[in-house]
Amino acid sequence: MSRASDFAAEAPAPLRAIRAPSRLASLGRWFAEPGVVAAAPLALLMLGGFLGPLLLVVVFAFMPGGTFSILQVPTLANFVEIVANSYYLSFLASLWLAALTVVICLVVCYPVAFAMVRVFGRHGSILALLITAPLFVADNLRLMGWVLFLVKGGVVSGSLQTWFGIEVDSMLYTSGATLFGLVYIYLPFMLFPIIMGISMVPEQMREAAFDLGATRFQVLREVDVPLAMPGILIGSLMTFILAAGSLTEARTLGGNAVTMIAMDIQKEFGFAQNWPKGSALAVLMILLAGALAVTALKRIDLDLIFGRK
Amino acid sequence: MAEAAQSLKPPEPAGQPILQLRNVDRIFDSFAAVDRITLDIYEREFFTIVGPSGSGKTTMVRMLVGMDKPTNGDILLRGERINDVPANRRPTCMVFQSLALFPHRTVGQNIEFPLKMRGVDAATRRKRALELLDQLRLPQSYYGKMVTQCSGGERQRVALARALAFDPEILFFDEPLSALDYRLRKLLEKELKDIHRETGKTFVYITHSLEEAMVMSDRIGVMNRGRFVQIGTPREIYGSPHSRFVSEFMGEVNVIEVRGEAGAVVDAAGTRFATPVVAADFDTGTLVVRPEDVRFVGAGESADNRLTGVIYNEYLLGSRVQYQVRVGEGQTFLVEKLRDQMPPGGPGSAVTIGWDARDSMVFPASRLQQ
Repeated sequence: MSRASDFAAEAPAPLRAIRAPSRLASLGRWFAEPGVVAAAPLALLMLGGFLGPLLLVVVFAFMPGGTFSILQVPTLANFVEIVANSYYLSFLASLWLAALTVVICLVVCYPVAFAMVRVFGRHGSILALLITAPLFVADNLRLMGWVLFLVKGGVVSGSLQTWFGIEVDSMLYTSGATLFGLVYIYLPFMLFPIIMGISMVPEQMREAAFDLGATRFQVLREVDVPLAMPGILIGSLMTFILAAGSLTEARTLGGNAVTMIAMDIQKEFGFAQNWPKGSALAVLMILLAGALAVTALKRIDLDLIFGRK
Repeated sequence: MAEAAQSLKPPEPAGQPILQLRNVDRIFDSFAAVDRITLDIYEREFFTIVGPSGSGKTTMVRMLVGMDKPTNGDILLRGERINDVPANRRPTCMVFQSLALFPHRTVGQNIEFPLKMRGVDAATRRKRALELLDQLRLPQSYYGKMVTQCSGGERQRVALARALAFDPEILFFDEPLSALDYRLRKLLEKELKDIHRETGKTFVYITHSLEEAMVMSDRIGVMNRGRFVQIGTPREIYGSPHSRFVSEFMGEVNVIEVRGEAGAVVDAAGTRFATPVVAADFDTGTLVVRPEDVRFVGAGESADNRLTGVIYNEYLLGSRVQYQVRVGEGQTFLVEKLRDQMPPGGPGSAVTIGWDARDSMVFPASRLQQ
């Protein structure tokens, strides 16, 4: 026994009595703080509704194939099987289609966003309303609408045949139709962040560049795009992650032309009843999306975007 | 540049106008922000446009740099009409009120911007940027610093360096100093005057502060409601303002409502004032006396105009002291003196104040309509 602990043991009783509950009390005070109280409902919801299932998926990914129990001996067998078999093809298809979606959405959205911020002025909000309005209808319904357009003898091919006598085969169930669906559904997720990014560029900065001899293209390259970059990055990130994990577009418009990763995951959980393999695929997808998000967000100052600086 | 810096005489504005405005209008809906202005700005001149907010000075400078077009009239640069030449093809450039430095670029990249746009190679750009850092009293180590990390005064210098890198024939300034604190503003005003002298370029400066204009300019144009109410040297603007508006613009003044009666200037109570006006004949008008022209009159001393009153307040302005003197029912007079010319007593003491006839500025109301 060291002298110090002897000392502690000999400490007058009332002192220890005060000390022990004071820790509990401070924890209690922390729970009573308005910030903590206000955050509690959301924190509980996220714990139970988001983090819990996510953890379950991660655990299942290391379970042997075909089991419905998480109490088996952990194994890497699912990941080995994924790499050994052709699952990487659906990964690649998802990433490739998502990348194309991002590029097309960027090309379409930048000029529209620029016009909404700089050209239309007050009328920009009408355009925003028109773009937002379809979002009130469920994705599936809107995609079914496009089926009627693209199907053989549908609105597009039927019109072309009746008016111009051009014989068109069904445009449905192709990878092109899938890409179209992805662009159509995820366009707003690119547009609104870009609008935010562009409106962050001070007009005087553009005028100054122009005044210093820059051509229109140089102003775009040197001032407009770099300064709107936070919005462009956030839009691209959201569009990419949503498109890479999408399911309905490829199923409704693409038929079986393209197998995207989400379809594989759904198949493992549903038809194949192999939760561990589905979980392993999901974990890989989450890691990929997470890595992308972290890389992109490192380059963005969110405080600046939300005007807190 | 080296020879220019050694010359002790400031550059004389040349007789040749570099920028001319001919009946220039800028009409928004039915409101004329700039109203039929005709003006010549001379080569190597430091010309300041001063006016209250809404006087049209910013609208005017936007037309001069090419970001806006006149509704009517012509703008001529060395005799050539430039109304329709866009800003990026004019040999002029502007330092903005917000400075508009590029926050995603370093100090060096900001300064090099106009050279890069012109396709100048990197080595030449760098050399010029370092020269400009020297000229603007910024350390060369700032070349690689982000602009966002610079202080207000440093940013000011970077913005000026960037504009000078453009090598404009005319350099415009749109109130670039207004956001700075008083001391820094005073320092930069003087530096700007030095740089004007070293570069020998034409500077056109916009400000709402006549005091700022006085310090720097060769000539000042005072604007109000889209028109110039007076154009002249700082000495002329201060010494012989054409209107009450100009006289009041410089700072606080004493104003007495007067009328011209039988050749004499009298106020409502019938008090006669000695003025330089020989034959005053108007119904209403104002008599303006600057606080620094009013003095305390001791026993046995004389003054052309005398008023008696009681010192009500004393304001210390540093090297000077201002007194608020109650001279009548609800009427106060400001007297401004150097510290060593303190009056016989402090607040509460009865004093006689006075001023000379030549310091009475009389503006008949008809001339207020300008």
